[in-house]
Amino acid sequence: MIGFLKLLARNRLALAGGIVLFLVVVLALVTPLLPLAEPNVTNTSARFLRPFSDGALMGTDHLGRDLLSRLLWGTRLSLAVGFAAAVVAATLGAAIGIIAGFYGGRTDNLIMRGVDMLMAFPYILLALAIVAALGPGLFNALIAVAAVNVPFFARNIRGITVGIAHKEFVDAARLAGLSNTKIILTEILPNVVPVIVIAMSTTIGWMILETAGLSFLGLGSQPPQADLGSMLGEARSALITNPHTSVVPGLMILIIVMAINLLGDGVRDALDPRLKSGALSRPMASTMVRRQGPVPEPEGKGLLEVQELQTQFHVRDRNYRAVGGVSLHVKPGECLGIIGESGSGKSVTVLSVMGLVASPPGVITGGAVRYDGADLIGAPYRKLREMRGRNVAYIFQDPQATLHPLYRVGDQLKEAIRAHHGIGRDEGRARAIELLKAVRIPNPEQRLTDFPHEMSGGMRQRVGIAMALANDPDIIIADEPTTALDVTVQAQILSLLDDLRRSRGLAIVFITHDFGVVGQLCDRVAVMYAGRIVEEGPTQAVLEAPTHPYTARLMACVPELGGGKRRLEAIPGLPPVVDNLPMGCAFADRCDRVQADCRKGEIVLERQGARAVRCLHPVTPLTEAAE
Amino acid sequence: MSAALTLTDLSKTFPVGRGVFGAPKATVKAVHPITLTVAQGETLGIVGESGCGKSTLARMLVGLLEPTTGTIEIDGAALDNADPALFGKRIQYVFQDPISSLNPRKTIRQIIEAPLIHLHGMDRAQRTRRIAEIFASVNLREEFLDRYPHEFSGGQAQRIGIARALAAQASILILDEPVSALDVSVQAQVLNLLADLKRELGLTYLFISHDLAVVEAVSDRIAVLYFGSVVELGPAEDIFRAPRHPYTKLLADSAPVVGRPLTAPEGRETELPDPLNPPKGCAFAARCPRASDRCRAEVPVLERQGAVDVACFHPLVAGEE
Repeated sequence: MIGFLKLLARNRLALAGGIVLFLVVVLALVTPLLPLAEPNVTNTSARFLRPFSDGALMGTDHLGRDLLSRLLWGTRLSLAVGFAAAVVAATLGAAIGIIAGFYGGRTDNLIMRGVDMLMAFPYILLALAIVAALGPGLFNALIAVAAVNVPFFARNIRGITVGIAHKEFVDAARLAGLSNTKIILTEILPNVVPVIVIAMSTTIGWMILETAGLSFLGLGSQPPQADLGSMLGEARSALITNPHTSVVPGLMILIIVMAINLLGDGVRDALDPRLKSGALSRPMASTMVRRQGPVPEPEGKGLLEVQELQTQFHVRDRNYRAVGGVSLHVKPGECLGIIGESGSGKSVTVLSVMGLVASPPGVITGGAVRYDGADLIGAPYRKLREMRGRNVAYIFQDPQATLHPLYRVGDQLKEAIRAHHGIGRDEGRARAIELLKAVRIPNPEQRLTDFPHEMSGGMRQRVGIAMALANDPDIIIADEPTTALDVTVQAQILSLLDDLRRSRGLAIVFITHDFGVVGQLCDRVAVMYAGRIVEEGPTQAVLEAPTHPYTARLMACVPELGGGKRRLEAIPGLPPVVDNLPMGCAFADRCDRVQADCRKGEIVLERQGARAVRCLHPVTPLTEAAE
Repeated sequence: MSAALTLTDLSKTFPVGRGVFGAPKATVKAVHPITLTVAQGETLGIVGESGCGKSTLARMLVGLLEPTTGTIEIDGAALDNADPALFGKRIQYVFQDPISSLNPRKTIRQIIEAPLIHLHGMDRAQRTRRIAEIFASVNLREEFLDRYPHEFSGGQAQRIGIARALAAQASILILDEPVSALDVSVQAQVLNLLADLKRELGLTYLFISHDLAVVEAVSDRIAVLYFGSVVELGPAEDIFRAPRHPYTKLLADSAPVVGRPLTAPEGRETELPDPLNPPKGCAFAARCPRASDRCRAEVPVLERQGAVDVACFHPLVAGEE
């Protein structure tokens, strides 16, 4: 709640709207206590007094009634009616929407078609028809305005409810023995309330206007009772001769509706989870760089060389060290595996290579990324953009999320090619077919016109790989490309990647958490934990004789096919959060070989031949393992 | 050993493309009639790839979906579909995604209490005692009770999901991919916890997963599902070591194993059968290297062959490549 208010207050316009609305509401509330003239007492001898006259601060109207008094009483009434209409409309609309969305099927169909029929009428006609049927009067106007707004709430809430009703926690509640009514009240409603509040805050101003409109037409409040709309209506005949009688209530309407709308927009922005997660703050085109310390000299180890890379996330006052000094390299035709659990920094490491970490909050704070010897960190965006896809291409985990759902896959492939090469239509099509053939998609000519949702998961990932190959890159970075796929499809994708690197001399950086995949595909493997590499070496050697206790324990806790029923060697505890890393070894708290010196000072990545380990008490001594 | 759960000809057919009042345009058979028995205290693993009907089967078992045909018997008594609470007391479900199976606006206490109140009608004192018991058995601290789901890691949230299932005091748990959303080091913790609970409380598990190695490590018997039917059913130690059904062999060969050279077990791209237009004979025939004309014309049924049940006209013989 406090967080919400803080967010709201950061929005200056919403804050201003809130303050104005607060003042108006307070004024309306204290109106009966103020020393005002009677609002309905006529005094025709003092008709049309100008504002600031004696005894009438805002003047008088055509019957000599005090305008200030009528304005305050009228505001009070208009606010009350508008608010009541909003509450009625929201309650009814939400109830209809929740029932339609929760039960679905025929109930939903019938209710929503009824709602559609209501929406087919222009709202003012509908309101007029309702008032005509019920007879004029403020209460009937309230009913009309509420009824006209029910469909808006019903449709809005139904959409949200459909999403929630299929969530697993609703199934869980059903299994816990809750009845449908209980599920609606205790599981669905609390999750829908924020949406109702948002919808109300943005429509209440509109409802005040509609009520005023009906009163203006003489269908709302009846004389002598004042509300803002009827005041305007009565002043209409004196619009030219005595403009103040219409300007006063008109200004009040403007102020109220403006204030409510500004505040409502603020409430929506602060409550909407999509906006909270940062949709309003667009990330920069490439990751921010703020390097402290010297840039490492090139070592010429491979086509891609990552040296002492440090990437951090600065979120408010916290500093998450996602990547804390990682060095990697990969040669043409080589496949490097990076293994680690979620939060180990493996994805951030490879995204930093092409400056793809979202900024804010991501910042590269140190190290170098060298492509063919040239440092890419801090390179101008134009250069990075030219290299993305052409020199270094990415394949991501979920092809459903990386392919645009509204474009045909062929067009997406052609776009990827055209980003770097100016080619014509026919040539683009020919090249796209060639690419689909290269990733072994049958009938590529027909598949070009498919939308992503028409393909299976394995097919989509093939298209993802085809896009990565579109500009003949030297390096492919694959971030868990097979995790979302079935095993039979995974085997096909892995062998495809293996063939491609052999036939095209591609360098592959392959991120995974599966030792089986690493064992089959990768020449070398690096194991990451809490933002750092803890072990590195040739795959075969590391898998046969792991030296870091984390590697050994991680391998032991993954069951391997063919082992039969058994108890697994779990690693106790959780990985540390990278904004508050312990001194010394980050794995110390979960390690069974831990000793006092593990928690003191920096532990270096010690190298011996092709092997490297960051541990003081390795499972196998490094000298032995390196042989 | 007595049967804890018996399914007889259980199947599910979904209508497709229904209008407001009209009859459905087509139907999709998500689960073909399945007959299965799970013994008391057994873990039956169910493996299969996406779309094979394993989740539909699981949802029928706990009463979230009504079966089109067939019956479910628990401890010899047929389950009545009318009363969901009756299901809840006998058979419970652990969800795949631990976070989304917990209502974000309820405290952990409210979540765990729901089955105690609605299924068992316990008063406050009884509930407090029972929750303490359950939390101790899933290694969670009681101070977590007044927090909200988003404050927990995936592994902790899955323990809470298990605790909720235990609270119902059902003797059978359906575990639907309970560890596939978790990190590998946490996976092992949860799998071991499940094994301990089973031993202590004498539970019966149906363990559904796409991860062959995980299923093999926890199950007594394994059923392989393809296109809505059980194609092979046998003891866990044999089924992937000596597969009899060609599909089981394809699965076993596809699983990445350290030290085995990388080969695509299927050379060409093969599409899965279309559920709207199912093949006439064996659903696997189009992908099968051993398929004959008979396979394309006739549907094989599950038959006992040695220690395993296989639905295949040309099963592999043990030891054959």
